[in-house]
Amino acid sequence: MDPENQDRIKSLVDEHGADDVVVVLGAADLEALEVAAETLTVGDPAYVGSLAGVQLGLPVVHILEEDVKEQVDPQVYDEQVGLLEMTLDVAQVRRAAATFPGRDGT
Amino acid sequence: MKLNGKKVIALGERDGVPGPAIAECVRSAGAEPIFVETECFV
Repeated sequence: MDPENQDRIKSLVDEHGADDVVVVLGAADLEALEVAAETLTVGDPAYVGSLAGVQLGLPVVHILEEDVKEQVDPQVYDEQVGLLEMTLDVAQVRRAAATFPGRDGT
Repeated sequence: MKLNGKKVIALGERDGVPGPAIAECVRSAGAEPIFVETECFV
């Protein structure tokens, strides 16, 4: 995950606290999803950014997950994600999201 | 995970769903995007 983004996210969590912050990912690449989810929960696995060794423990969801989609205005979702939803492998993304750190209650 | 009232880090991807699209969606769900970015993982 981009070290600059790690810096900015770390600063935002320092400023706002982690309690009310949720990460919503949009990546379709499974490796990218895994790395982003890991970086924002248990720390940067590549040890290159400011989140190396930093356990933010943020809840991480994906915009293509059913539970997220249900909360979004259907018209807005259709406008912003509708076309992508038809071209991306939604089932694969949802399976990957189900394995994000913290999903099993740990 | 309820989004209403939450602060959202919208981290999109160029080859997936971009950050601004995520931000529009979560805004309509009652959340406040505090960080919007579209990464490129290639």
